[in-house]
Amino acid sequence: MKSAVIVFPGSNCDRDMQVALREVTGKEPQMVWHGDSQMPNVDLIAIPGGFSYGDYLRCGAMAANSPIMKEIVKQANEGVAVLGVCNGFQVLTECGLLPGALMRNASLRFVCKDVHLTVENNTTAFTSNYQQNEPILVSVAHGDGNFFAEPETLNKIEGDGQVAFRYCNADGELVARANPNGSVNAIAGIFNEQRNVLGMMPHPERHSDKAIGGTDGGRLFESLMGALS
Amino acid sequence: MMKARVFVTLKPAVLDPQGKAIQNALNGLGFDEAQSVRQGKVIDIELSGDDNSAVQSSVTEMCEKLLANTVIEDYRIEIL
Repeated sequence: MKSAVIVFPGSNCDRDMQVALREVTGKEPQMVWHGDSQMPNVDLIAIPGGFSYGDYLRCGAMAANSPIMKEIVKQANEGVAVLGVCNGFQVLTECGLLPGALMRNASLRFVCKDVHLTVENNTTAFTSNYQQNEPILVSVAHGDGNFFAEPETLNKIEGDGQVAFRYCNADGELVARANPNGSVNAIAGIFNEQRNVLGMMPHPERHSDKAIGGTDGGRLFESLMGALS
Repeated sequence: MMKARVFVTLKPAVLDPQGKAIQNALNGLGFDEAQSVRQGKVIDIELSGDDNSAVQSSVTEMCEKLLANTVIEDYRIEIL
């Protein structure tokens, strides 16, 4: 599996993503600068977390209009797998590849902690190494992760199986206090209709190594490795 | 040269926790009459040209493409 990590001014999880992809794929991911207009030929495009363009105007709004995003949107529409984590999820909603929007956390506080997620759909290239409804441990670190969609859009996301992950407790129960940011229906990540684009606020790349807290996140990259190699 | 002012606000159906926090602060200062607060952005733009309707349509396009996220925000344009 060949992969690329997009780097914006203000990205700060790009190298974590690079390490996670290198470990799983055994190949060096290509780091692609936001000002480039050419994408290398890869199987997976990863848009990492961070504060692209200083979160000016809205999180992800500037990055969504950067030169490289036109090419990413084109490739996503042709079926190339795209993973957006944290700020990357915000960029994917801002550029229209994913529905809904990420708003300020309901608590108004930046939330940085480990959370549990239930796997809501394990029939995709991103999630096939998980059990359906399995609780997994990853971490969140964001101030604007409060997923919102209008009722009509939300019904479609829910009805079509586009919800990838929801925040839950360690037992996999969807309780209110397990939701760190006020996201509607506790949604932590969603797919596009074709299931080749995934956006999620939690960081799978930060749980890709036993030495730093766990490997549940790494299984997402292993799923991709299985599907795209 | 013309000037346009864009107001970007959250849609009425979208919760505004920042507005709520501002309201709580106002109430804490003794402004009990502040019953609801919603906050947003003001963006001032200077534009070349002098045709009102051309400026209006250009700023509308700016709002749709960048200045507002129409999933969660409304915008209103004033030509100054």
